[in-house]
Amino acid sequence: MTDFIQPESFAFDDESLKAIDTIVKRYPPGKQASAVIPLLYVVQKQMQRQTGSAWVPNKGMDAVGERLGMPAIRVYEVATFYFMFNMKPIGKYHLQVCGTTPCWLRGSDDVARACRDAGHLSGYGQTSEDGVFTMTEVECLGGCVNAPILQVDDDYYEDMDYDSTVKLLEALRRGERPAPGSVIGRQTSAPVGGPQTLTDVAGE
Amino acid sequence: MAKVTVDGIEVEVPNGVSVLQACEAAGKEIPRFCYHERLSVAGNCRMCLVEVEKAPKPIASCAYPVADGMKVFTDSPMVRNGRRGVMEFLLINHPLDCPICDQGGECDLQDQAVAFGKDASRYREEKRAVKDKYLGPLVKTIMNRCIQCTRCVRFATEVAGVPELGATNRGENMEIGTYVEKALTTELSGNLIDICPVGALTSRPYAFVSRPWELRKTDSIDVLDATGTNIRIDARSGEVLRIMPRTNDDVNEEWMADRGRFAFDGLKRRRLDRPWIRKGGKLVPASWMEAFTAIAEGFRGKKLGAVVGDLVDAEATVALRDLMAALGSTNLECRVDDAAIDASRRDFYTFNTGIAGIEEADALLIIGSNPRIESPVINARIRKRVVAGSFPIGFIGPRGLDLTYGHDWLGEGGATLAALAGGSHRFNEVLRAAKRPMLILGRGALTRGDGAAVLAAAWQIAAQNNMLQADWHGFNLLHQFGGQVAPLDLGFTTGIPADVQGLWLLGAEPGGVPEGAFVVYQGHHGEAGAARADVILPGAAYTEKDATWVNTEGRVQRGRLAVYPPGEAREDWKIIRAASELLGARLPYDSLDGVRARLAEVSPAFAGAEFTPHGCTDQTGPAGDVAAVSDAAFTPSVANYWQADVISRASATMAECARTYLPQAAE
Repeated sequence: MTDFIQPESFAFDDESLKAIDTIVKRYPPGKQASAVIPLLYVVQKQMQRQTGSAWVPNKGMDAVGERLGMPAIRVYEVATFYFMFNMKPIGKYHLQVCGTTPCWLRGSDDVARACRDAGHLSGYGQTSEDGVFTMTEVECLGGCVNAPILQVDDDYYEDMDYDSTVKLLEALRRGERPAPGSVIGRQTSAPVGGPQTLTDVAGE
Repeated sequence: MAKVTVDGIEVEVPNGVSVLQACEAAGKEIPRFCYHERLSVAGNCRMCLVEVEKAPKPIASCAYPVADGMKVFTDSPMVRNGRRGVMEFLLINHPLDCPICDQGGECDLQDQAVAFGKDASRYREEKRAVKDKYLGPLVKTIMNRCIQCTRCVRFATEVAGVPELGATNRGENMEIGTYVEKALTTELSGNLIDICPVGALTSRPYAFVSRPWELRKTDSIDVLDATGTNIRIDARSGEVLRIMPRTNDDVNEEWMADRGRFAFDGLKRRRLDRPWIRKGGKLVPASWMEAFTAIAEGFRGKKLGAVVGDLVDAEATVALRDLMAALGSTNLECRVDDAAIDASRRDFYTFNTGIAGIEEADALLIIGSNPRIESPVINARIRKRVVAGSFPIGFIGPRGLDLTYGHDWLGEGGATLAALAGGSHRFNEVLRAAKRPMLILGRGALTRGDGAAVLAAAWQIAAQNNMLQADWHGFNLLHQFGGQVAPLDLGFTTGIPADVQGLWLLGAEPGGVPEGAFVVYQGHHGEAGAARADVILPGAAYTEKDATWVNTEGRVQRGRLAVYPPGEAREDWKIIRAASELLGARLPYDSLDGVRARLAEVSPAFAGAEFTPHGCTDQTGPAGDVAAVSDAAFTPSVANYWQADVISRASATMAECARTYLPQAAE
């Protein structure tokens, strides 16, 4: 998907407007520009609701600039700086594979390979031909204890390996949303096999 | 004050200045790319590294404030090594295309790489490539050369007031541009070319034209607006190739408007380069002698008058005045736009506060003027004052104009002006509360039928709102062209009677020339004036003569000849001097010094005094009935910035700008 069409116009819908009111109120008067990042998320979410693809079009950035009283270019600068904002349309599900050291040591290469195989993706930054999946490589997601992580849209799927990734993608393709969290049944970030007390450390 | 030792030299500098400024005070040159005196400090190029005693690492001197007792070293091994490293990094992605780069020979990166860099790079990886951006018809970009100093971003945001440039993406992928492609909407875009320290932003009309060492540089004055911008004309073999600003903190700082910078190609097109005479209703080429003889015959026994246009120098004007006097005529006019200017006192028609004085003002009222279009450089000065804070601006004129700064729109026209003159308007409170309020009255506002009343009303506002003080003069008239003030000083305001039979148009358009009158047109471009003329005398443009110009402040400045006029065209005062001989009214001077001595005799303004800010001692206003102000709205006086005068109308570059920025006007 190298060519895509920027929408002619963008207007916040009621849900977005409500969210914006809450967000902007968090900042002191005159410092509204600070709300630019949360508002860009609002735009991205609204695009997902309306088109099924979570991305930020140029007109959306213009709308943010206008709402916050800042020049459009300042919004473009912020939006293009952070990779959380997709500057072009993506697939229905955004597969974000963490490739940073802890995840990589625990097998993120397998997760990425599973995404390519099951999602019919040629590589990072690509969208599958059916428009269901887009795969990107992201930096540390901060879930190293349960590495490797695969983030789908806003949900973390943890302790992934090749097979569980394929299963997850197949479920997503069917329209299901498996419960996020550890796929091996780990409770939060407790040790594999269940919580243990300090007095019960294995090997003592 | 802080005592700082720079390489053993002790200097005393104010607290809060940067280490870089302290080093400059000590006479040490610090290399820099992102730092610029007139922009905010970014501190991102790291080229200005210096060593400070007890600091473990080299510091970026541009962004580091001085401290008392600081010991700075600008040439220690640590500094040299640091600069070499920085330069090596800067050159990693910079292409080695200096031989085809227009910045070559005047490039900060070239110079500093030689002076402070290493002889080789250890970089063996791939260089990045960046797509060129489109920024409009004037600025050409080669973005591979960009070192991301962000000077252009800061200039556009801070000085020009058009936040349209930015740095998008990040890290290795960072790019400077507008993101969504568009031409920069500023009349100051040429300055981006000057401040870019590398060849990323260069002049599009000047692309591949010349090398700086081939150019002969002549100091002169820009006349295409009334700012009086100090310029340097770069010419090669009799052709002007580019015009750049010179620094003058009292006038243009170091900025320049685009029309003055780029319209000069109009000097090579549609020129009058030989005399013409009308014979049997048709213009035919003639010699100078024939032309002068024809004038002598045409003018014989007739009631004469002379009109001076907007781009005429003081020497030619005074020569024409003397010629008319010798021929027994005192019918002189220079207000070709019918502006109701009262020339009885100089402060009625000048920018008395001074351009630099704007920075001392604390409230501003703009009446019927769009300074952004009429004088972009003065507008940048107003914006500078706005950015400094607490500077309320009231504006009477079209609603919703983008002046590049916020302003309080008071009303559209005469009714608001009358309310302010009456003292009952809410903005009167603001003006009265100010210590040094000023107003800017656009010359265009005086061209209406009630111009005299508008002038009187503006003066009354000034007088009643504390603008006229013994040491502060807040009344300002903003002219539109560099030749508009000198003829006012020289008394070209007596007017042309309706029954005039012979007219000498010196670069003036022939509005209201009576049928059957014998018309002499002297000028450099053949527009309507030449078409109506019976005799055409080819004159010199502002780059082609040693001439005196008076800007809107009343500041007298000298421009110098950069190239000779084309063909048989001559300097204008010499033409008049030569004609006087054949008209039997020989003028008593035949050298430039002679004309200038005569200038000083006619008006004390030309006696050599520098422009100084002055107060107002006499509050009596110009003639005009304040009550006669009509309710009509003020209309924009310059509809098409890019093609406002004969030179820019002949310019292909300006035509391209007009097509880009004013698509509806170009059709």
